[in-house]
Amino acid sequence: MEFSSGRARLRHARLAGDRRELYPHSLQFYQEPPAESVSLAEFESFAVDRLRLLKIVENLGVSYVRSGDMYKNKLEQELRKLKFPYRALAEDDYDARRKDHISHFILRLAYCQSEDLRRWFLQQEMDLFRYRFNELNDSLRQKFLEHVNLSFEAISEDLKNEWANDLCASTPGLSMIKVKEQMFYKVGLSDAVELFRARRVFIKDGFAYVPLKDIDAIVLNNYRTKLSKALALTARSLPSIQSDERLQPLLNHLSHSYVGPDYSVQKNTGKISLEHIDALSVKSFPLCMRQLHKALRENHHLRHGGRMQYGLFLKGIGLTLEQALEFWKKEFIRGKVDADKFDKGYAYSIRHNYGKEGKRTDYTPYSCMKIIMSNPPSQGDYHGCPFRHSDPELLKQKLQSYKVPLNGTTQILELVKGMHYQLACQKYFELTHDVDDIGLSLNHPNQYFAESQKLLSGGREVKKEPSHLGNSQQKSSGQESVNSNSTPTSSNTTADAELEGLEAYFAED
Amino acid sequence: MAPFEPAALPELLPVFYRRLFPHGAYGRWLGYGGAAKNYFQLREFSFTLRDDVYLRFQSFGSPQELERELQKINPYKIDIGAVYSHRPSQHNTVHLGAFQPQEKELVFDIDMTDYDDVRTCCSSAEICSKCWTLMTIAVRVLDRALVEDLGVKHRLWVYSGRRGVHCWVCDDAVRKWSPALRGAAVEYLSLVKGGAETVKKVTLSEPVHPFVRRSVSVVERYFAAYALEGQDILGSRESWEKVLALVPEEHREPLRGEFPKKRDSAQRWELLRARMERTRRPASAGKGLPCYADWEIMLQYCFPRLDINVSRGVGHLLKSPFSVHPKTGRISVPLDLQRLEEFDPFAVPTISSLCQELDAAGEPEDGSEAEPKRRGYKRTSLAPYVRLFEQFVEGMERARRGEALRRSDLQGDF
Repeated sequence: MEFSSGRARLRHARLAGDRRELYPHSLQFYQEPPAESVSLAEFESFAVDRLRLLKIVENLGVSYVRSGDMYKNKLEQELRKLKFPYRALAEDDYDARRKDHISHFILRLAYCQSEDLRRWFLQQEMDLFRYRFNELNDSLRQKFLEHVNLSFEAISEDLKNEWANDLCASTPGLSMIKVKEQMFYKVGLSDAVELFRARRVFIKDGFAYVPLKDIDAIVLNNYRTKLSKALALTARSLPSIQSDERLQPLLNHLSHSYVGPDYSVQKNTGKISLEHIDALSVKSFPLCMRQLHKALRENHHLRHGGRMQYGLFLKGIGLTLEQALEFWKKEFIRGKVDADKFDKGYAYSIRHNYGKEGKRTDYTPYSCMKIIMSNPPSQGDYHGCPFRHSDPELLKQKLQSYKVPLNGTTQILELVKGMHYQLACQKYFELTHDVDDIGLSLNHPNQYFAESQKLLSGGREVKKEPSHLGNSQQKSSGQESVNSNSTPTSSNTTADAELEGLEAYFAED
Repeated sequence: MAPFEPAALPELLPVFYRRLFPHGAYGRWLGYGGAAKNYFQLREFSFTLRDDVYLRFQSFGSPQELERELQKINPYKIDIGAVYSHRPSQHNTVHLGAFQPQEKELVFDIDMTDYDDVRTCCSSAEICSKCWTLMTIAVRVLDRALVEDLGVKHRLWVYSGRRGVHCWVCDDAVRKWSPALRGAAVEYLSLVKGGAETVKKVTLSEPVHPFVRRSVSVVERYFAAYALEGQDILGSRESWEKVLALVPEEHREPLRGEFPKKRDSAQRWELLRARMERTRRPASAGKGLPCYADWEIMLQYCFPRLDINVSRGVGHLLKSPFSVHPKTGRISVPLDLQRLEEFDPFAVPTISSLCQELDAAGEPEDGSEAEPKRRGYKRTSLAPYVRLFEQFVEGMERARRGEALRRSDLQGDF
């Protein structure tokens, strides 16, 4: 399908530096992978944002009617917030389109790995595409269809008049007047298979005669076919991607994690008193936060990355803005920063985090995925994920100093070696809380804290099914965690099963 | 006609495969003009031997090799499967999962047993000349739709040998159809839905699709003779109650009151039909919903009932044309659509009747060279059926030549 010429066009566009040429439409079929270099940081942040977007698509699809205004408004808001192309206007928003393009391909890599993942990804991308396609006005739609080679031949007025009765009777909801107004297109049966099957289109001589209003079904069907084929092919070429050690952990985390509750709404604001933080940091903080807290107490300072990660976490567990200001100030002025400098230099960013400065965004605490994948710590930093970003030897020492039993430490290190950082963290939780199985998958430091508090206050029964997490994607990722956790050898059988799924896909086609 | 005895098969089959089976045309059919290299070699055949021994994944290098094999093992029944990615006979030697069906004719299987709830004359495997009309209607309805709606050209309709008919759609493009598209076609072509627990199996609503409308007009041509006279579906209170159960309540009571006053099924039907037609007149708009119960009844009683699994699965096997039916001894012969109404399943030659005819005709007088032994069918009542089959194969060959000519013309333009 015009593979080479498309490629040539892309190359040409790049050479000419014509960015408009690269993404002529707000909507795309994602047929050409990005050919430019993408920095790792951008790679990560794009991926996280797209995953968040798809989760939103999934949640909205559950909560609202897809064609309803609520759904559309909410989705537009989210697209706008995450800086994806949010309206199909002609405006040339190069950055958003580029982000849309690149992030789609990153998630393809992450979500081609199993039948379940492919299905979930396909579903959300289809819903997203449907929304965007339906937002197009007629002329943009026409332009897009030409672009993706789905511009079908319209039948002549004479032919339409001759067939008017049949066209009208074949298409539910189409009055004779509408038939006269609408364009009808001649489409092959395989492109119109769903309309054909349901007898919702006029069929003659091996072609379906589809009114403009039903073209979206054709386009969606075509998009689905292309994307599911592409996913299957990507899965086949995955071994070569997995050999890239920069990408593999990221991809694994993209597909194994999820964007859960973002802990931006604090239910227990003000219920934490500053005196308790030291004790809490030992009992209920995940290792990453415990490490940050310890570093803060020892150095009376944290660099920006640490202040963001830890500050937002503290906000998430219930510190008010006033408490946060007091907490940071007290600690910082014990070091090299005096009160005046703190007020001028640091208080602003704390108020900023609480949405009181600048663009007044109420920042949300970082999830494990964000911590693991974006902004890795550099010299002098204490943020990041200790399981991901620590030298195994140092991690071992640290765990031992925290009285984690030796065989538990070994287990954790094994998980780290297999790049199951969140499972390692979960193991750490189990060992430090003396439970066998917490019965859910941890993917947010604030979730860790909340679960810990529940457990310590006896408010939570262990081994309970995750109750508030009612979506399939998450269940499947939870399931996989359990698998790789309990029996390391089972990962092989899983891989085999996935391969079989793939074969089944090819067979079905 | 000589009665058929299954016990005689071991004796008759060698004669059949040596002197009667149309090997030549058969090979030309499945070779598809060498359209794709190896097309014939990749085709699965499967054989049923004596005592229901079943051999799957047989394949042959050439039609001649198939012929020799048939004459060697003399199968009771031949089934045709898909064209595979690898030679079916070697399917065990390729990596699991790599062996996949690639292409096959789009096939339809219509079986009289699926009509048991609407025929009164026979049940299960039995057929009679009365209910055979159902098969005639099925062929007419489907063939119209295949040609006019789906735009296919090469259909081979075959009597299955006992109680049904098969259709082989052989167009190049259609043989490549995905299971999804095959399934969609069957759904497009199906109107009767629901099993024993469903009373009303056809439900129409506005707007009525042209496929339905045209199918109804095909059924109408046969309905009076078949259903009203033959099956007499409104002949007694018991049978018309079955029909009235398909009519909406507001029309059921008045009809129930009027029916006993009428003389026969035809008059009662006219009453019902006229009543339904009135609901559909433009003038009656607003006085209640248009009702298509008459059409629904016609379709429920007469419309073809397809087995979707046979059609959808590319790898699905179907009994081959010119195979013997092991229970009846009848040959699976092609149907002549020009004279479909005259077709009598009971007049179809059986393997025993054909062998008897061969014997009666004796050996050709002046040497067997002018007429090789394998053309023995020419002196039997199988000849007209083989002629039909050859015409079908020739039709495809003509179309291929036309296509080749068109292509070379296009190239000649340079």
